[in-house]
Amino acid sequence: MSKELTKLKAGVSGRIVSVEGGMGIRRNLENMGLRVGTVIKKNSQQIARGPVIVQVGKAEVAIGYGMAKRVFVEEE
Amino acid sequence: MKDPVKKILLMGNPNVGKSVIFSRLTGTHVVASNYSGTTVEYARGKMRIDDEAAQLIDVPGCYSLEAANKAEEVAVKMVEEGDVIVNVVNATNLERNLNLTLQLIKKGKPMVVALNMWDEALEHGMDIDIKALEKKLGVPVVATCGLSGEGIKQLVDLIKDARPGTLKVKEDIWSDIGEIVEDVQEVHHRHPTFRQTLSHATVHPVIGPFIALIVLLLSFAFVAYFGDFLHELLEDVFEFLWLPVANALSGLLAGTGFLHDILIGTLIEGAIDFEESFGLLTTGIFIPIAVVLPFVFCFYFLLSLLEDIGYLPRLGTLVDNVMHRLGLHGFSVIPMLLGLGCNVPGAMGSRVLETRKERFIASTLLAVCVPCMAQIAMVVGLLGRAGATGLAVVFFTVFFLWLILGILMKTFIKGETPEILVDIPPYRFPYWKSLAKKVYMRMKGFMKEALPFVLLGVFIVNVLYSVGVIDFLSRIFSPVITGLFGLPGEAVGALIVGFLRKDVAVGMLAPLELSFRQLIVASVVLVVYFPCVATFVVMYKELGIRDLLKSTLIMISVALFVGGGLNFILRAVGV
Repeated sequence: MSKELTKLKAGVSGRIVSVEGGMGIRRNLENMGLRVGTVIKKNSQQIARGPVIVQVGKAEVAIGYGMAKRVFVEEE
Repeated sequence: MKDPVKKILLMGNPNVGKSVIFSRLTGTHVVASNYSGTTVEYARGKMRIDDEAAQLIDVPGCYSLEAANKAEEVAVKMVEEGDVIVNVVNATNLERNLNLTLQLIKKGKPMVVALNMWDEALEHGMDIDIKALEKKLGVPVVATCGLSGEGIKQLVDLIKDARPGTLKVKEDIWSDIGEIVEDVQEVHHRHPTFRQTLSHATVHPVIGPFIALIVLLLSFAFVAYFGDFLHELLEDVFEFLWLPVANALSGLLAGTGFLHDILIGTLIEGAIDFEESFGLLTTGIFIPIAVVLPFVFCFYFLLSLLEDIGYLPRLGTLVDNVMHRLGLHGFSVIPMLLGLGCNVPGAMGSRVLETRKERFIASTLLAVCVPCMAQIAMVVGLLGRAGATGLAVVFFTVFFLWLILGILMKTFIKGETPEILVDIPPYRFPYWKSLAKKVYMRMKGFMKEALPFVLLGVFIVNVLYSVGVIDFLSRIFSPVITGLFGLPGEAVGALIVGFLRKDVAVGMLAPLELSFRQLIVASVVLVVYFPCVATFVVMYKELGIRDLLKSTLIMISVALFVGGGLNFILRAVGV
């Protein structure tokens, strides 16, 4: 069962299964190394609809709340 | 005709240590310029390869060559013009970085790859087979560490061996990248280092904000104290070196007349006062150089330091949720903070924001609701004697206004606020040479852009004074001031002068013996009604005339509304 990245618990890993939205958001995420199939780990999320911080490989990326809601992951 | 000097392009993703390598490769002569017809800034410098002069160009960092934003568009054009490409790759994140590398290989230009941050890769337990990568790509590869300078010499030597890559890039670029990474890289598990623990703490949803508060307080203290120290130093320089010159000129002009009014200004008790004479050659050059410059310098130094350490993306992440309510995103906190010291660098800082909507909201909020050091000092000077209550009322009103105005502008200004999507780089030690270059280039921008316009502003105000326009305006506006704000008619002059210099306006208000209510209203109105001339000029350059007019309209409406409302409320509660 896939869920929004914002719903994933901190400290849990997941595989990106789909990105809802146009080419723009896909390309921007791809540029940061976040593609469908990529395994990421959610490190933390800021309170009050703040950005989600994920670990991808050895890198950390902050994703705005609105964008993170459009990234669907499956828990690993 | 082809340029005889070889053009070497330094290219890579943002945050891969490109500018540090740039500083290592070039000498002291570095020029920052805008790519023609754009606001995208890049640096170029000179270097020597085998006793042959070459030009090194620091291409704006980009993730791909798809020309999806301005920096990428510029990068694509630059690739066409370059002779050799030095592709800087972050060794700790091969997968993401190779996307650009492979796109560059497709261009068929002679190329070298620098695997930078090699030390970090080792720390992370990453093992990259350089020879295998070289074979895969078909271009020379060298491991570098910009900070320690390791591998830089080899990189310079390899530039003449640069050759077009032999890799045939497939349609699906990511499958190529996957294969390469699989073949050349091995990752061993490592326990988190202190740096990584600190990194997590500073973006922790609970601990992070506390750390941020401490960092901000320390930064503000540094800028306030060190800036003041430099300010006093420069003030002495002016007294000793410039005052005799100005005095001689004043004597030459017989101490009076139109030209004297413009150049020297009015003599205060028979002598030149750099703060109050308002002449082009007295107050006009004193304010920007001795008052604004020291604080701008300290701010730029600190901002560049926090940037090079890697703290700014974290701060932006922490405040993103609040800023989104105001139609901005996390990164707009930077111009706001800058504005607390001086609105000029703040307004200049709004340049980093992506959309027109964000730039408009940020600079308008800055101009209306973010008091600069001079304004803060002014409010404290006016109200401090009457106790902390008045100060609290003023600053709370301004902060409240910041939130309300932001929410309103978010709703009514057309356009988009993008979501943040940023790399959180590991904390790094700054490399002093590239830090110095960064500060130097930012200072140069300020001197070149703001200074001439400050002088022009003083000149215009002086002319208006001399021909009686200011007196005329005072008479026109006094009904508003007395009727709406409940201030005496004499306050008009102070409000008009406040446009030029806020703290001088206080000097003009002080003898009027205002009541407590009048003091509060006057303080709030002085903070919100207009920024100083210099900020206006920068806003004009950043926003253009149409948006500046809109923003000005907002400033005036807010001042009238808040000044009038505050007067009414305070009167109603019997203050």
